[in-house]
Amino acid sequence: MIEQVADPLPQAGIAKVVLELDVNNHPGVMSHICNLFARRAFNVEGILCMPVSDGKRSRIWLLVFEDHRLEQMIRQLEKLEDVLNVRRHGAEHEVFERLEGFFH
Amino acid sequence: MMQMTGAQLMVRLLERQGVRTIAGIPGGAILPFYDALSGSDQIRHVLARHEQGAGFMAQGMARVSGVPQVCIASSGPGATNLVTAIADACLDSIPMVVITGQVPQAMIGTDAFQEVDIYGITVPITKHNFLVRSAQELLGVMPDAFRIAMSGRPGPVLIDVPKDVQNQLITIEEGELPAPAVADSTPPLDMAAIESAAQMINAAEQPVLYLGGGVVASGAAPLAVQLAEQAGLPATMTLMGLGAMPIDHRLSIGMLGMHGARYTNFVLEESDLLIVVGARFDDRAIGRASQFCPNAKIVHIDIDASELHKIKSAHVAIHANVKCALEALLPRVQAKPRERWLAQVDSLRSRFPMQFPGQDDPRSHYGLIHAVASALDDEAIIATDVGQHQMWVAQAYPFRRPRQWLTSGGLGTMGFGLPTAIGAALAEPDRTVVCFTGDGSFKMNIQELATLAEEGLNVKIVLMNNNALGLVYQQQTLFYGKRLFASKYRTEPDFVKIAEGFGVPAVDLDKADDPRAALAEALHSPGPCLIHATIDREQFVYPMVPPGAANTEMIGG
Repeated sequence: MIEQVADPLPQAGIAKVVLELDVNNHPGVMSHICNLFARRAFNVEGILCMPVSDGKRSRIWLLVFEDHRLEQMIRQLEKLEDVLNVRRHGAEHEVFERLEGFFH
Repeated sequence: MMQMTGAQLMVRLLERQGVRTIAGIPGGAILPFYDALSGSDQIRHVLARHEQGAGFMAQGMARVSGVPQVCIASSGPGATNLVTAIADACLDSIPMVVITGQVPQAMIGTDAFQEVDIYGITVPITKHNFLVRSAQELLGVMPDAFRIAMSGRPGPVLIDVPKDVQNQLITIEEGELPAPAVADSTPPLDMAAIESAAQMINAAEQPVLYLGGGVVASGAAPLAVQLAEQAGLPATMTLMGLGAMPIDHRLSIGMLGMHGARYTNFVLEESDLLIVVGARFDDRAIGRASQFCPNAKIVHIDIDASELHKIKSAHVAIHANVKCALEALLPRVQAKPRERWLAQVDSLRSRFPMQFPGQDDPRSHYGLIHAVASALDDEAIIATDVGQHQMWVAQAYPFRRPRQWLTSGGLGTMGFGLPTAIGAALAEPDRTVVCFTGDGSFKMNIQELATLAEEGLNVKIVLMNNNALGLVYQQQTLFYGKRLFASKYRTEPDFVKIAEGFGVPAVDLDKADDPRAALAEALHSPGPCLIHATIDREQFVYPMVPPGAANTEMIGG
């Protein structure tokens, strides 16, 4: 019988991408976002979240590998009620680079 | 100024939203809400026997009305029992607002009695969810929940309300009550994409219209039929799309996919353009994705942008409300008879037709479905459970209108049928509601017979009994070397006695001299009834595309 239902997932690319999200700041937002990546089997390499302005909003930076599903993941992110917008940066974005000092 | 509790405010906001029937089960953490609900003269509460039953009753009401419906449970096990019904609504895009009680906020996180993180549990199976932290927040959360449930692609929204929030007093002005929620406006149409789609349809030689549940959900079925007629498009429907076009329409080529007719899958194989409307390329519909419609370009219209390019890349992707997109498309699509292509479709249909062996024998599976359809008109609502009977009904029942057909498509939930049929009958008490079920599925929510008897609804349960988990039995027979394991029951309950024990009249067609007459009499008598019929366990659902195979690799049928 034919066992395999879907074609195998291609390996993740090497190129990294930084996603910058503006989100509503309340308990549960992080779990919505992390859960979305986890349940769609998409690895998050790095994550950073801080409240902005009056504390009603937060900004989240995600470091992910670029693969062909990334556009789909961004569309899924944009569907979340608490995600106000998603911006995509190349790996040259320095937010995670400047954090590296804390990890050595 | 008025002072009320959070619970009273919730009831007030539900009333203002137009909610008239709620299914649920009370328990400790939701008792303040129930106390407030007892004072409502507008909302009727239907007491389910299991929270999953309440969830599917709300689904039944929502599936026939298209309007968000409400179910209620207490904290802990009450809430977790709703999980399957919520996940089912999420996969089939059914608008639903689920309200659960939660332990008081001061006890959250202490492993209190009947505490469970239902907010966390339902993150992946809701469109959105809320944990309400004050009575004041309810003023925003309640209308937001309804707005989200009904906007864009519909779906379930959960509101978890701690007991202290339900008891908290709030003082507000009448004018501060939020207006009833309405759906968000539809996204702006990409007219360039509409033009491209129209040009592709006009230029195509062998186009096929592919209609999904989104056509039903957006009320676009008449427009879809109009498009097919205008452009000479043969139209296939997904499981969720059945009823969008009358099955006996000359352009209908029936349901595609795993249990579709051979000719349907062959027509798709030959198409050079697929116009996919409100559908998501589910694996049971398209088989092996890389081999589906190899020669076809794709126009994909969907309200959920994340469905576009998800499984199949579209040549033209239109993020739009299906109804708006079809309205814009119609004046741009040329009237074409497409005689050559439609003749080719007819030729495939006559060479590889859907076969219904035993159709004239009401003691066979197809014959029983045929006899039920012959005894009813198109006003009846047809619900199913999940399994062989579901696929046979999908293949053989003559669906002719949207929202006539209620089935668990995405999640495939056994136990869906009876409570959903009850919900449908609550929403549309003047219609006959038939629930086709199998003995495996029926036992998964059989306790709702008590609710059915109590409400006296016009629900006819047609139990196709082979004393087995038929689709498992079928797959073990076909694909696992006939090693039949855990798919046959060793004892057989007396379903007629069970129904009668719950206070539901029952008819056993096995013992009827004239089963057709006995069936018609049962279907035409008002009130609930169980109609029991033994069917042959060796009858399988054909044709069948093996899981993971291309749609053209059908076996049987």
